[in-house]
Amino acid sequence: MIAELGHYALVLALAIALIQTAMPLWGVKSRDPVLIGLAAPTAVAQFVFIAVAFAALAWCHVASDFSVLGVFENSHSAKPLIYKISGVWGNHEGSMLLWVLILGLFGALVALFGGNLPMTLKATVLAVQGFLAATFHLFILVTSNPFARLEPAPFEGRDLNPVLQDIGLAIHPPLLYLGYVGFSITFSFAVAALIEGRIDAAWARWVRPWALAAWMCLTLGVAMGSYWAYYTLGWGGWWFWDPVENASLMPWLCGTALLHSAVVMEKRNALKVWTVLLAILTFSLSLLGTFLVRSGVLTSVHTFANDPARGAFILAILVLFIGGGFALFAWRAPLLKQGGLFAPVSREGALVLNNLLLTTACATVFIGTLYPLVLEALTGDKISVGAPYFNYTFGPLALAVVIAMSFGPLLAWKRGDLLAVAQRLMVAFAVAIAGIAASYAVEDTSTTLAHFGSGLALFVMVGALADLVERTGLYRVPFRTALRRASGLPRSNWGTAVAHFGVGLTLLGIVGETQWGAERIASIKPHDVLSIRHYEVTFDGVAPRPGPNYRETVGTFTVRRNGRLIGVMEPSRRSYPVRATTTTQAALMVRGLSQLYLAIGDPNPDGTMSVRLYHKPMVLLIWIGAAVMMLGGGLSLSDRRLRVGAPRPAAARAALQPAE
Amino acid sequence: MTRRQRRFGLIGTGLAVLGIAAALVLFALRDTIVFFNSPTDVVEKHVKPGVRIRLGGLVKPDSVVRGDHANVTFEVTDGNKAISVAYAGTLPDLFREGQGVVAEGSLDASGRFKADTILAKHDETYMPREVADALKRQGHWKEGASYGGAVPTSQARTP
Repeated sequence: MIAELGHYALVLALAIALIQTAMPLWGVKSRDPVLIGLAAPTAVAQFVFIAVAFAALAWCHVASDFSVLGVFENSHSAKPLIYKISGVWGNHEGSMLLWVLILGLFGALVALFGGNLPMTLKATVLAVQGFLAATFHLFILVTSNPFARLEPAPFEGRDLNPVLQDIGLAIHPPLLYLGYVGFSITFSFAVAALIEGRIDAAWARWVRPWALAAWMCLTLGVAMGSYWAYYTLGWGGWWFWDPVENASLMPWLCGTALLHSAVVMEKRNALKVWTVLLAILTFSLSLLGTFLVRSGVLTSVHTFANDPARGAFILAILVLFIGGGFALFAWRAPLLKQGGLFAPVSREGALVLNNLLLTTACATVFIGTLYPLVLEALTGDKISVGAPYFNYTFGPLALAVVIAMSFGPLLAWKRGDLLAVAQRLMVAFAVAIAGIAASYAVEDTSTTLAHFGSGLALFVMVGALADLVERTGLYRVPFRTALRRASGLPRSNWGTAVAHFGVGLTLLGIVGETQWGAERIASIKPHDVLSIRHYEVTFDGVAPRPGPNYRETVGTFTVRRNGRLIGVMEPSRRSYPVRATTTTQAALMVRGLSQLYLAIGDPNPDGTMSVRLYHKPMVLLIWIGAAVMMLGGGLSLSDRRLRVGAPRPAAARAALQPAE
Repeated sequence: MTRRQRRFGLIGTGLAVLGIAAALVLFALRDTIVFFNSPTDVVEKHVKPGVRIRLGGLVKPDSVVRGDHANVTFEVTDGNKAISVAYAGTLPDLFREGQGVVAEGSLDASGRFKADTILAKHDETYMPREVADALKRQGHWKEGASYGGAVPTSQARTP
């Protein structure tokens, strides 16, 4: 009964989404305020009905109603509650329902908090959002009904894929979808601007908070996915250049470019057409990501369900929205007036360079991800494009972005002075050189790349703070004055500095992990000792241990550093009887920012155990950096300037800041 | 500078970045991509020793030999030909005899495949698409059959 209720709610949501699409658009065309006014309530109602459907599915999972096919295939009565809940989206049907739930959520948020948007713009945005939702509702109802029943109902379910029985599943997909789907709002805004044929700086100010919020979620979602893969796949890598990972990286790169170009548009009324294009492109890449994951056209570690009919349907949606978006762009973009002149060396110029490099980097990832598909279709050859390709192509471009990143925020708008900026970055240069020297002194065995990589990371980190130092006059005026000025700085300045600092942290983590990491792979017997760096790891033995819906074999290892006992690591292998599957549970020991990573394999016939032991210096910085980037986004989001309608800052406060 | 010059400068920079990126992409696509081969392909195409390839097929039953120092050898077959594979390290969780596998590495002079990567998949019912296609070509593919040791659907549904 609950399942039928959910199904019915979803059908209603589809009907409401269609009303939400048609009526406001008709209203805008015929200037009918009643029809225009329908947009907001229908958007909210649509979200409520999706929420009912989602809650119904969640109830089926929690109550282990195995008469529902999706529950039977992905749940088990002995499964812990947290995985019963996260298992709702641990399969194709449920994850698509989560997708539309978030789509509906963003629509409802615009309806509720978009009070200061012009009526027609708001109505058009919500109509586009409604159309998006309608196609995905149709997709779910036609090809992937999560409420399909099973007759007769089995007594027990087939359990969730054990690899997915992890806290990562509870966090990673919702965050990633908040990011992916969040960019639907910027897409809807862009399409609405094209339909209206009018766009101005205020548009950028309305769009930027949504883009920022989506970008923050995507940043954290990608980082979470990376950490999950790192600890769960058992071979210690944090990025595999897997098609599905690339599918989440591409919207991130494009979305990052969008954030920056929206700044130019807002402040200088320039790059309008480009910003609209980026908004369309970013969401197109999100849709492409959904298509790649859901259709199973690419071989990937993430492909856990695929079905050609679904692939064809999603491809049709993809063509409709991407094709439609670009066609509309080609038709209407010439209407948007350009404005705002600037010299090549200026803040605008730097942001254009940022956009150029980020989108090109995104294009190289795109080519590397889709080239195998194209080549196979053309020649039948099956190839894989791996890390070396991305190191050659994405690497140099990312490097250029990172270097330019320190200069950009210090350049003045309209016309900048590169030499003056370089002078202001003297401290950063000095720190970087000191870092390189220190790195040579400590680790003279490692590669040149490692030394310069860490130098660059330090340069980026210190360079990110240079703008703040400059603006507050730190070291030039009394500390108290500097502090007062710091609190008066716009939050978006803080956001920029913090986010750029985060990039430096991530870079440092990447350099540490890839250049200074150590690895031991061995077959060992109890009482054998493995040494790695300053650590000695003793294998004490293995013992079985029962779990709620698995049995596990736990290895016990004591870890000593220079002879002193510092802890015990317990990696294990879990065997899930229902699915006849085993998973590796790596043991992680955090030492400052570094980690020891230990995973065990199956026991060998001669009684030994295969183990992998890694020392990963500074590896945590990779994800801490991402979290810091997100924090920077949050600071920028809280800037009063983005709350349209807030009074302009008083003249006195404005005078405090250097001219922008 | 006039508006026109600025625009040319902008376009020039854009083209330069795109040009460099295109050169990098072409270079990387020539030198770093790895072709997928079934055991039959390896034999028939005379893949040269030292060329990096991906070898995919089924792990031949009773062929897995675990040596010391985490060395493992096994045979990969597509039902027609079989290639012996040597690998040092921990095998992925889902590695099993009779199951699909993709190994990356190169042939040595004696014709044995030295793998440095064995690909693991998230799902035990999941067969790498390349492997499925290769098996279909050799006529060893049974539609709907279970290749991963999963419980067949019909049995699991009986209460």
